[in-house]
Parts: sequence; structure tokens; C-alpha cells
Amino acid sequence: MYDFAYHKASSAADAASKAKGKSDAKFMAGGQTLIPTLKQRLAKPSDVIDLGGASDLKGISAAGGAVTIGAMATHAAVAGSADAKKAIPALAALAEGIGDPQVRNRGTIGGSVANNDPAADYPAAVLGLGATVHTDQRQIAADAFFVSVFETALKPGEVITKVSFPVPQKAAYMKFPSPASRYAMIGVFVAKTAQGARVAVTGAGNGVIRMKSMEAALDKNWSPAALDGVKVPAGTCNGDIHGTPEYRAHLITVMAKRAVAAAG
Amino acid sequence: MPQVSLTVNGRPVKVEVEGRTLLVQVLREKLGLTGTHVGCDTSQCGACVVHVDGKSAKACTLLAAQLEGASVTTIEGVAGADGKMHPMQEAFRDNHGLQCGFCTPGMVMSAIDLAKTNPDASEHEIREWLEGNICRCTGYHNIVKSIQAGSAAMRAAK
Ligand SMILES: Cc1cc2nc3c(=O)[nH]c(=O)nc-3n(C[C@H](O)[C@H](O)[C@H](O)COP(=O)(O)OP(=O)(O)OC[C@H]3O[C@@H](n4cnc5c(N)ncnc54)[C@H](O)[C@@H]3O)c2cc1C
Ligand code: FES
Ligand code: FES
Repeated sequence: MYDFAYHKASSAADAASKAKGKSDAKFMAGGQTLIPTLKQRLAKPSDVIDLGGASDLKGISAAGGAVTIGAMATHAAVAGSADAKKAIPALAALAEGIGDPQVRNRGTIGGSVANNDPAADYPAAVLGLGATVHTDQRQIAADAFFVSVFETALKPGEVITKVSFPVPQKAAYMKFPSPASRYAMIGVFVAKTAQGARVAVTGAGNGVIRMKSMEAALDKNWSPAALDGVKVPAGTCNGDIHGTPEYRAHLITVMAKRAVAAAG
Repeated sequence: MPQVSLTVNGRPVKVEVEGRTLLVQVLREKLGLTGTHVGCDTSQCGACVVHVDGKSAKACTLLAAQLEGASVTTIEGVAGADGKMHPMQEAFRDNHGLQCGFCTPGMVMSAIDLAKTNPDASEHEIREWLEGNICRCTGYHNIVKSIQAGSAAMRAAK
């Protein structure tokens, strides 16, 4: 790991001001992605700004038809949150399925969403529920947030403060985990909302995507069988040593049907 | 160089670190607590699991600087002051829960966290919990048995 200057931030505003003027500052949340990345020398930040002490980024609450999760809420905190479990059980279950207990004790929603790993779980919930990402500067709708692989609408120095998820009528997330890494080979988040069905897929390769063809089918008939006729083109997916594009495209349908069945 | 003050196994320590210094480096190289192992150094194997403020975490994936004011417990810190082994350690010995022993410190630390979070975990829950702890020797069977016995002993001791 290359060395860097380490700073502690006491709030989102403090983090933003500490990042200002630095040639290449990086925020650190749980460090469960950043530290492995630094060890591999895939990044060489001049400064690392630790958000661990930013008290305004913590907390989970449910009110006004939404569940709002502070950027520094750990996966374990979301998985164990009575508010999250009651209002959007699919979200708490998703958090419970991330990595392993030690990763869940440190890794955060803000870090996961900012990182936008193409096989990460949270992006599927953010897009699948049509959540809003709040930053120290603005609010960004899920549909505008995820730009590409490891790329988001965040500007350099912009801090995610919280993510708010509208409570759906029903929702479920089903992931087919890679047996080795636990990241999604394919994960599908389905939600039935007042504005219609939403289907978000992670693991396909190019970052989280909505499956509009499936949403249209579920709008007509919310049932697993409604997805039988929806063909997912293999071109939607990437291939790698874990699976071909055809295999992943097939998995999207299988996982989407299981998710609709689980949502009830 | 930044200084970090933390508590390790109940003892206050103050160490000089670089920004990039990992907790596991402080434990092993500065404090001589070599019970915390480094198996993979890529956050996968769990040989380095310790407790930070009571919760299990991978010491190879934490910066020492993050831990200002924190309380860290390592495998060296779980036995009683009289040297009597922790019930979870005892259970690993009684149930042949180890072979080479390399993964064992991390397994025990992870298991103690499980027993605190979920005192009567089922076999399935134990296996799920061990997702982040890799053992190359035992095939996990006796580790699961050890954790069941250790959890029962911890419940009984309450
Ligand atoms: C063994 C292992 C298994 C894993 N398995 C899974 C899995 O199954 N599914 C899954 O989804 N993930 C998995 N992960 C990733 C894990 O969920 C990480 O915790 C997560 O991706 C990053 O969160 P973090 O808090 O650790 O962020 P960090 O590593 O601290 O940061 C990640 C990135 O986000 C930026 N960032 C962090 N917080 C903010 C913020 N508030 N505002 C702006 N930018 C910010 C950082 O600058 C950095 O670029 C796994 C990780 C490991 C080590
Ligand atoms: S050495 Fe830390 S997880 Fe393997
Ligand atoms: S006992 Fe040898 S690695 Fe687990």
C-alpha cells in the first residue's frame, strides 16, 4: 500500500472541506472495499478522509412512507434494524446477505452505493425501489445515480449523507451468489409500487440495470408466470470465468421469478 | 507520524503509525500479539479476526488510525485472568475443532461474536456465520460442533 495522509472527519461538511484542495482525496467509510483496493495499489490517494467519526451520517429511521438510512450505517445495522425489517423487509434481508459477518460489521451503505461495484447488492435495492441518494450538495434519483461500472453521478469531493427508500407495496431480492466471493452472479430486486413494478438487476456486468420488459409484464400481471414470456437477450450480460452471457441472462429470469414469488 | 491510543486486551497502548498501517501490523509487529494471523491479506480468510468494541472484524482490513479510542480484543485476551481458557477455546480443544491451528484464532473470535449475537445458533446459522472464516484442514464439521458446545457453555456460564 502506498502511504497517504490520514484525516478524521467529524461531519459530512467537515469531510467535504478536508477534501477541498487535495490533489486526490478519498473518503473512507467501512474500508472493506477501499483498503483491499489500496493494498493492491489500484489507487494512490494523496489523502484518506475517514468518515467513521461523522455522527451526522449514522442512523436509520422510518417515517412518512420512507426508510432513510445514514451513509455510515453498516450492513449489520441495517440487517438488524427493527424499522427497516418492518417497513422494507427485503432491504434488511439484502443487507444480511452481503459478504460475511465481519464485512457486515464494518461495510456501509454509503460505501457500497458510492463504489457501484457491478456485482454489489445495494445498487439493486436503490434502483429497484427508486430510492433517492442524498449528498452534502443535492439529492440524486436512483435512475440518474448509477452511471457505469464503478461510476456514479457523484462529483469529486461530494459526500453521500443518506439514502431514502420509499416503502413499496411488496418487494423482494433474490441473489445467486458466487460460491467464492458471495458477490452476486446475478441478483434481482423486484418491487411493486404505487407507480408500477420495478425490476433492477445486479451482476450482469455493466452495472445495475432496470429490466423494463419485465416491469411491463409485471404491471399487467404481478406473478412469476408473467415473466415466462420475457426473453432476456444474452447481450444484456457479460461473460467471465464464472458464467457465460447466456447463463447469466437465463439466471436473470430465474432470479426475477423467485423474487416475485418471494414478494408474494 | 500520527499516534494512536487504543485499548488492547484491556491494556491502554499508544503507538506510532503511518496512515497506511493496518491494525494487524500493530498487533503482531508492535505489540507482539502474534495470535492474530494473516492468512490471505485480501479480506477473505478470517484468520485475522479480532473484536473491535465487541464486534468481530478483520484486522487486515482496518487501519490502525481508525481505531483511536477503540477497544480491541485479540485471541490472547479471551482467557480468564487466572489463565483458564475461554469456554469457546475449551470447546475447540474438546471437540477436535482444529488440526494445524492456523485458522483457529480467527474461528474462535468469530465464534464468540456469534455466541453473543445469537446465543443458540442452529447448525445452519453457524455455517452461514462462518462464511468469512476459511479452514483448509478440518472440513468444518468439528468446528461447527465446537461452536455448538462453546455456545452452550457460554449460555450455561451466564
Ligand atoms: C470479503 C468481502 C465480501 C464482500 N461481499 C459483498 C457482497 O456479497 N455484496 C456486496 O454488495 N458487497 C460485498 N462486499 C463489499 C462490501 O459490501 C463493502 O463494504 C462495500 O462495497 C463498501 O463499503 P465500505 O463502507 O466498506 O466503503 P469503503 O471501502 O470505505 O469505500 C468504498 C468507496 O466508496 C467511497 N465512499 C464511501 N463512503 C462514501 C460517502 N459517504 N460518500 C461518498 N463516497 C463514499 C470511498 O471513497 C471509496 O471509493 C464484500 C467485501 C469483502 C471484503
Ligand atoms: S488475513 Fe485478514 S481476512 Fe485473511
Ligand atoms: S485447522 Fe488448519 S486451517 Fe483450520
